[in-house]
Amino acid sequence: MEAIIHVENLTHTYGEGTPFERSAVEGVSFDIFAGEFLGVIGHTGSGKSTLIQHLNGLLKPTGGKILFHGRDIWADPQKIREVRFRVGLVFQYPEYQLFEETARRDIAFGPKNMGLGEAEIAERVEEAAAFAGLAPELLDRSPFELSGGQKRRVAIAGVIAMRPEVLILDEPSAGLDPAGRSSLLRNIRAYHAATGSTVVLVSHSMDEIAENVQRIMVLAHAGVVMSGTPHEVFSRAAELEAVGLSVPQVTKVAMELNRRGVDVDPAVYTVSDLRDALLARKGGRAAC
Amino acid sequence: MLKDITLGQYFPGNTVAHRLDPRTKIILVVLYIVALFVAEWFVTYAIMAAALVACVSVSKVPPKSLVRGLKPVLFIIAFTALLNLFYTPGQVIWSWWVLKITVEGIETAFFMVLRISMLIMGTFLLTYTTSPITLTDGLESLLGPLKKIRVPVHELSMMMSIALRFIPTLIEETDKIMSAQKARGADFETGNIFQRAKAMIPLLVPLFISAFRRADELAVAMECRCYHGGEGRTKLKVLRYAGIDVTALILGAAVLAGVAVLAHYGL
Repeated sequence: MEAIIHVENLTHTYGEGTPFERSAVEGVSFDIFAGEFLGVIGHTGSGKSTLIQHLNGLLKPTGGKILFHGRDIWADPQKIREVRFRVGLVFQYPEYQLFEETARRDIAFGPKNMGLGEAEIAERVEEAAAFAGLAPELLDRSPFELSGGQKRRVAIAGVIAMRPEVLILDEPSAGLDPAGRSSLLRNIRAYHAATGSTVVLVSHSMDEIAENVQRIMVLAHAGVVMSGTPHEVFSRAAELEAVGLSVPQVTKVAMELNRRGVDVDPAVYTVSDLRDALLARKGGRAAC
Repeated sequence: MLKDITLGQYFPGNTVAHRLDPRTKIILVVLYIVALFVAEWFVTYAIMAAALVACVSVSKVPPKSLVRGLKPVLFIIAFTALLNLFYTPGQVIWSWWVLKITVEGIETAFFMVLRISMLIMGTFLLTYTTSPITLTDGLESLLGPLKKIRVPVHELSMMMSIALRFIPTLIEETDKIMSAQKARGADFETGNIFQRAKAMIPLLVPLFISAFRRADELAVAMECRCYHGGEGRTKLKVLRYAGIDVTALILGAAVLAGVAVLAHYGL
């Protein structure tokens, strides 16, 4: 696969040269491949937010570089806005950034900044709202009248409307109820499948990551400590625990079963996989 | 960029300057300001400068950050200096077109710059060594007598401490919203003044909304804890003058008296 974003030896130090100096990211290198669904996991303070703000040029690295399609994004600082349109970033609690009179106009903010024509903008707004799971009749309401979950969807649509090649979401489901959470993630999966664009999901919930992504990158101590398919990552449970993370609940069940002598794969990470594995042991008979 | 704002920044520490009662420090700053305006000539200014240097070294506040505090008012300082330089009548030593520089003008400008910078550095020293909460406590206690004439002293000081408390929070919030809008291509840095003002809307609307939301939440939280104003409210940390405060006040009064006497003789 072709790397759409290549990060090389990225370092970011806050307050350089002051007594408050602190490295949030230190010498990190990794690739994001075109079209993949990548999960980035790490607990609070592991440098997740700092790292992703480099990918669209909101933060300038204090060391190392970021290549987008093989070109250093800071080669021409004048054109950094272009990168921001192509690498869409949805912040944590993005509903706090809404400001327009209607949801429709708020979603149009990004495309308008891109300098697109009226018709093109209208089309993109409809499309983005559909991807974000926003009912069309909500578009003409004030974003401040909407519910928390709907506001969040407006904000996400606002980034999708720029048709970014890479969509990065920082904890998109934080603070939503379980139903809203799984419905939003379903929308994001559908968006990934329909557009074939690259999606990066940042989260600290192992279960959420396990159920959605194709590849996982684990951040800890200001760097990448592990990267691989969910199966590869979750089979290293002890290492995950050492950096303050754990495996999904299902994996814990499988590990315990395995320890007690039941022959199942201890790195299974979705409920349906474990169910299938257990049923297979019973000879494929659906017990219930 | 926004994080560089030093307004009301507190440098924690445990020096004499930090331990003094906030009321003492406020009174000392008032004495210091009065003395600065009484000061006349080199001798008295030297005494004031010595007093400032002494206080700064006692407080262990890095002098660099005091000087940095001058940055925002640099324009005002320069403007006053220029006005005094060109518009003070007296013995002309240089003139061009309508501009005249007089000996008196140079002197006034020099002392004016000195006075304003020392004034700012002195007051900054107060906020650097006193946490906002203690500062408002001190103010409330000092202004206490005004309650007799129905000035809502407690309410005012509560408003002040809440405002001070939320400055860093709002700065952080501004930073966050700015980044989020920049991620959608907002441009805060280029364009003429009208374009820039218009570019502020996506920043200001969310900021106001969140400020109101926070105010609402804070009000509910305060009511939950039965807040009902200052009447009958006791303090966790009761302010008490100590021996060191008396010493500091006597020293401060002595400096003011000394400066006043010397200034009377034009020194």
